[in-house]
Amino acid sequence: MVDVTATSTPAPPRRGLFSGNALPIAIFVLFALVPFVATFKAETYVLSLVTRVMIFAIAALALDLLIGYGALVSFGHAAFIGLGAYAVGILGSHGVNDALVSLPVALGISGLFALATGIVCLRTKGVYFIMITLAFGQMAFFTASSLAPYGGDDGLTVRMRSTFAGLPIFTNDRALYYICLGFLLAAYLICRSLVASRFGRVYRGARENPQRMASIGFEIYRYQLVAYVIAGMIGGLSGFLLANATDFVSPAYMSWQRSGELLIMVIFGGIGTLSGAIIGAAAFLLTEEWLSGITEHWKVIFGPLLVIVAVFAPGGLLGLANRLRRMIRG
Amino acid sequence: MAEPVVQPVLRIEGLTKNFGGLRVTDNVTLDVRPGELHAVIGPNGAGKTTLINQISGQLRADAGKIMFGGEDVTHLSVDKRAERGLARSFQITSILPRFSVLENVALAVQARQGTSFKFFGSAADEGALNKPAMEALDQVGLAARAMIPAGELSHGEKRALELAIALAMEPKLLLLDEPMAGTGHDETERLVTVLRSLKGRFPMVLVEHDMGAVFALADRISVLIYGRILASGTPAEVRADPQVVTAYLGDEME
Repeated sequence: MVDVTATSTPAPPRRGLFSGNALPIAIFVLFALVPFVATFKAETYVLSLVTRVMIFAIAALALDLLIGYGALVSFGHAAFIGLGAYAVGILGSHGVNDALVSLPVALGISGLFALATGIVCLRTKGVYFIMITLAFGQMAFFTASSLAPYGGDDGLTVRMRSTFAGLPIFTNDRALYYICLGFLLAAYLICRSLVASRFGRVYRGARENPQRMASIGFEIYRYQLVAYVIAGMIGGLSGFLLANATDFVSPAYMSWQRSGELLIMVIFGGIGTLSGAIIGAAAFLLTEEWLSGITEHWKVIFGPLLVIVAVFAPGGLLGLANRLRRMIRG
Repeated sequence: MAEPVVQPVLRIEGLTKNFGGLRVTDNVTLDVRPGELHAVIGPNGAGKTTLINQISGQLRADAGKIMFGGEDVTHLSVDKRAERGLARSFQITSILPRFSVLENVALAVQARQGTSFKFFGSAADEGALNKPAMEALDQVGLAARAMIPAGELSHGEKRALELAIALAMEPKLLLLDEPMAGTGHDETERLVTVLRSLKGRFPMVLVEHDMGAVFALADRISVLIYGRILASGTPAEVRADPQVVTAYLGDEME
């Protein structure tokens, strides 16, 4: 028998209790089971609510990639959701409904927007980065609002959900649910792989100490730009799904309030954890749904709730859970 | 008889830098020959770190030229100079505190290997990165501490980590900005031993206040005062230079 406690190799770095696979597996199993539970009660309502949660979780994951691993606090991330959604809406209004066209277009447009704006944004830091991403987000918002042929301020109804190679797989609510779950899982795995890869290590290092990274030979700007484009495309994916789930596209999808909500989701759940972004999106949207069912002045309750989390749980819900578990175990 | 012509690894010509009205680097010319350890000494505020920062690219010179390996690098960015083999340590420790000690060094290996646009596969598990990194850690005596977060190292260990990061870059020239700053007596001795073992493998520029270390290690010494080179030569020559003794060494050697 090997005595593992007396090994001479140095101890691995201490990690959070939820850093393993247990939490993400639990999250995805839970999502997969929801439709079965929902058959007993208000199926359409539950499915559409949780579909919405998963779609925003995808966008929140992308934002966590920027904030949690790159310290790039983007206040304009909703723009990418809007771009993805408008790709579906505008193509649909011209009779192009197939996802084989609209999905690559949605990803391409949001990727290009991220590239063009990232080249400028990433030359700034800190508060200036926040302000300039906000500015670009608002630019996208006002551009969408002025698209008179496509509904302008009022938005645009998506008359027909996307098909895939002619098959109407997005039409069934349950099928759409599992498509969203599949994309959420893919987005999660991509982000996770990215963070641990050689690329991710340079990208994370750039947050930690840019001066050191430059002096060992990394031009960190290039790495941040690539991460920004990837995060933008994942945001676009979220928009593509949102347009299909709501059958509607509106400039409100890219408003700065929406960008702020995404930030809250990520911070609420716990930044730099990926799982936290999913939990944050779920917690935000479900709390919002629950409170708005109680009173129309639900924001009066929701606001202080966010303050409480920010003050008493600096690591978000995930950080809070970790601390509680440590307290219980002593 | 003329000296044999040796192409210097680094040649600085007429380097000048002003901070506002203050001239911090004043027409500095010096060269570093292959394999030599060239120390730069001088009192506080003499402009030693400013000089190192201009060589490594953190600061741009106002005038003058920096030739590295026969190439004019005066206008290259920090990362481009690092790619060409210019490594440095910082006077104020500059590491990635939340990365493990091993990862700090493995990143330098990764930079040298030049393949960082890989999006899949865990970098932390790559033997091709970890093995050279462990070797570098071993040389500075940090192998046993490889897995702890770098931020938890003692000050002296952090200084050694800086050195390991530089070693992992397999530099063509190593700039050491006060590697002994703030270390205890034992740690200083250990670092001197490490530096001595590295001598000859690649040329080094050493900025240091510890005169014991400088005179034990340096092949040549340049004395910098008010941004100007006052004297340059072998340790014996510099020690005997009356100008240097009056201006600087007189107090330091006591």
